Amino acid sequence: MKVNGKVYEFKDEITISKLLEHLNLKQDLVVVELNFKIVPKEEYKAIILNDDDNLEIVFFVGGG
Amino acid sequence: MKIFLNEEYLNCEPCTISEIIKKYTIDCDLKIANGFVVSDDYKIKENDKIVLIKKGIMPSLNELEHLMMSRHSPEVFEKLKNGKVGIIGLGGLGSNIAISLVRMGVGQLKLLDYDVVEPSNLNRQQYYFKQIGKLKTEAMKEILENINPFTKIKIINKYLEKGRIQDIFSDVNILIEAVDNPETKAMIVNEGLSTMKNIKIISSSGMAGYYSSNSIITKKINSRFYVCGDLENEAKLGCGLMAPRVSICANHQANMAVRLLLGIDEV
Repeated sequence: MKVNGKVYEFKDEITISKLLEHLNLKQDLVVVELNFKIVPKEEYKAIILNDDDNLEIVFFVGGG
Repeated sequence: MKIFLNEEYLNCEPCTISEIIKKYTIDCDLKIANGFVVSDDYKIKENDKIVLIKKGIMPSLNELEHLMMSRHSPEVFEKLKNGKVGIIGLGGLGSNIAISLVRMGVGQLKLLDYDVVEPSNLNRQQYYFKQIGKLKTEAMKEILENINPFTKIKIINKYLEKGRIQDIFSDVNILIEAVDNPETKAMIVNEGLSTMKNIKIISSSGMAGYYSSNSIITKKINSRFYVCGDLENEAKLGCGLMAPRVSICANHQANMAVRLLLGIDEV
């Protein structure tokens, strides 16, 4: 699957939650777009990702 | 020959500036030709831009609007005037964004914050030290009304609670996220995009310190969601928020808002 333009490969099934964990990204600080649709936070645990999925993950840092 | 007199196109015979003033009975004390102050005997040339000012007198409202917006074409002016933009947060980002949009002639702004002006804000936020202790919403409104009296400013002095974004901002075209806390940033974008199907959101991430200005960008995530900043430099001890980079990020957001109002969705 592609995440922010980079290709990732995982042996096992991976949910959005697990992917965020793997990337060391806290769920409360991100916006996730899967195949051009924004995914609600409640669905991160349920959605299982496929090889041909395209994700954009925006990770927010503090300041403003 | 063709000249521009107080931003209006005029056809006239070659003459001096005092002759034009006499001909049109213009009451003025400052004569400016192509950006330079000139005297009465200045000979006007083809395509000169002449501005005549009476010190201390406010132009009429109609005149003022026309002069302020003279850099825009009428179509651009109308589109901006019809724009409604919401800004959440009136700190380093929000105060700069609001000022830029008001100078551009955006018709309506809806501004939300709960905070008061503090001395440490002054290194980057567009407030004056006389406003310390004032609510940011009120202080900002005062500043904006003194820049452009034509923008309708609605202020909401509230702490933004989860689940309330649609109630407050359902009537705006563009919502700008200008808060400090990264969880709130994520909340605003997630909630905003899911509850308001027509809104476009311009958020922000990473603008601390005095790293290179060139690392601040505008990134389009999709046609309704943009992020401005360097996407990495968080504000922290030893690397705080400072005027130049914060203003650069703020104006990336303001310019993207202007582009969206004009129908341009590429960055």
